[in-house]
Amino acid sequence: MNILVCVKQVPDTTMIKIDPVTNTLIRDGVPSVVNPFDGYALEAAARIKDQAPDTKIVVVSMGPEQAKNALKECLAIAADKAYLVSGQTFGGSDTLATSYILSRAIRKIEEVEGRFDAIFCGKQAIDGDTAQVGPEIAEWLSCPQVTYGLSAEAVEDGLEVVKEGDDGNQIIGIDFPCVVTFTKPSWDPRYPTIKRKMAANRAEIPTLGEDAFPDIDTSRIGLKGSPTKVKKTFVPQRKKGGVLIQEESAAEAAQKLTILLGEAHII
Amino acid sequence: MEAKTKDLWVFVETNADGSAKNVGLELLNPGRMLADKQGGALVAVVIGCGAQSAVEAAGVYGADKVILVEGEEYRLYTTDAYTAALYHLIEKYGPTTMLIGATPTGRDLGPRLACRVKTGLTADCTSLDVDEESGNMAWTRPAFGGNLMATILCPDHRPQLGTVRPGVFKRIQPGENRAEVILESFHVCPEEIHTRLLKVIQETASELVDLEGAEIVVSGGRGVGSPEGFAPIRELADILGATVGASRAAVDAGWIAHAHQVGQTGKTVGPKLYIACGISGAIQHLAGMSSSEVIVAINKDPEAPIFDVADYGIVGDIFEVVPALIEMLRKTKG
Repeated sequence: MNILVCVKQVPDTTMIKIDPVTNTLIRDGVPSVVNPFDGYALEAAARIKDQAPDTKIVVVSMGPEQAKNALKECLAIAADKAYLVSGQTFGGSDTLATSYILSRAIRKIEEVEGRFDAIFCGKQAIDGDTAQVGPEIAEWLSCPQVTYGLSAEAVEDGLEVVKEGDDGNQIIGIDFPCVVTFTKPSWDPRYPTIKRKMAANRAEIPTLGEDAFPDIDTSRIGLKGSPTKVKKTFVPQRKKGGVLIQEESAAEAAQKLTILLGEAHII
Repeated sequence: MEAKTKDLWVFVETNADGSAKNVGLELLNPGRMLADKQGGALVAVVIGCGAQSAVEAAGVYGADKVILVEGEEYRLYTTDAYTAALYHLIEKYGPTTMLIGATPTGRDLGPRLACRVKTGLTADCTSLDVDEESGNMAWTRPAFGGNLMATILCPDHRPQLGTVRPGVFKRIQPGENRAEVILESFHVCPEEIHTRLLKVIQETASELVDLEGAEIVVSGGRGVGSPEGFAPIRELADILGATVGASRAAVDAGWIAHAHQVGQTGKTVGPKLYIACGISGAIQHLAGMSSSEVIVAINKDPEAPIFDVADYGIVGDIFEVVPALIEMLRKTKG
């Protein structure tokens, strides 16, 4: 099997703090990580490879040169090959433009690596949280999709994907070629071995720039090619003025809360 | 695509039994205000099989018109069938705006549809308005794990699409159903549907977790301490008719299944009452529950950030306060 995993390098949003004076995000010194959901997608691919060792896993990321660090991490964990998609004119792309560029890049990479049976993505990236790029890649490539995947098993000519649902999980059958996006499973992704880490550090990662796509529709890329525009950003106001219940005993506190909730017609 | 009308559409998602999911009915509420500002009608779009009750509900909760697409192929949601049907409707009628509930289905469908139409989609909005300068929709959504809010416009493409979090808006009081129903015949043949539901892994009834639709959620976090620690949380939830939620810390520790997780990497909830027990209130957790109507926090640490968003806070040990609360509620209820 031939699997492509799309990954994004993101700031670790758990480390982001708000500057109390300027009321803006402090991004300096915040470490960059592989988007955790993309890590689950990579793990799902690695599990297929555990079963079928002739499986090839290729990773691709769109971003600046430093995103190669994220790709190296993926190589160290499970990937066989990595590609970076990077270009000045790609900057500022929204999800539709990003998915368009990635879909062109995927076709380009297929010229070298062969047709991908499955394209795995994280459900969403933890910085943008849109959960749109995966399904949009599927649409550009005219592939079927399953979102909210927990695991995937290769069967003849397709996959059986366990999809997280509200009314119990579902097993969905999907034909190759397909796109699957992954959410958090109940297991932890594997760690890289020292040996793989060293090999990953030495790995050559080809960069696909604008010149790799002479036929790309430039009206669909970058800030100009993006249908959505950010009008403004702001730090959310936190609700203030809650009632703090301080009583001698837990029983009294519970009583007071019950009364307050009852008076407010909440219970 | 060009807009042919100034109409605003609300996609009313259906359950397998043909009833409407709450979020679609909720969105008819802001939908009315936005449709009026944009100078068009408020149209509910229902796709399903035997979806009469959803059609009726859409009318009762404020739609001017209901467009209904029915067929056996729509009984269970598939990306392929629903995208094809909605694309057909958009091409035919040309609405200017469309709201979709940010449920797992809505977030599967929205981007697929946006990409087919080649328009902009703003995901998981928590606030909606019309931009006064331009007349475009102004979609506001959280990013960076809830650390930052962004207002997004889609100036040159129609329809403008957005998914909106369940629970952010409330349904209006049901009124007289004056909606005109337009039956739209559109079918998708089986060969065009490339996914198959092979099996539903039914959780036992006690494990069913409907957090997004819950009116009350009782959640446990790191302070719960163990799987057994969830027993009083479950008991409190039971008495209140609530759904049990959890923070990422409790899920990562293996005390409770991920299906219960509330927050950025779990579910987004907007209940009438959210009771956070032993949850410190990391920004990722707040991102998933801060739109709850009333928040109660019980935590030992008076400095816990959860108290910043709580309407009612009790500083105390959950293993004392929760049992006391259970006893109190038993007395008042029985």
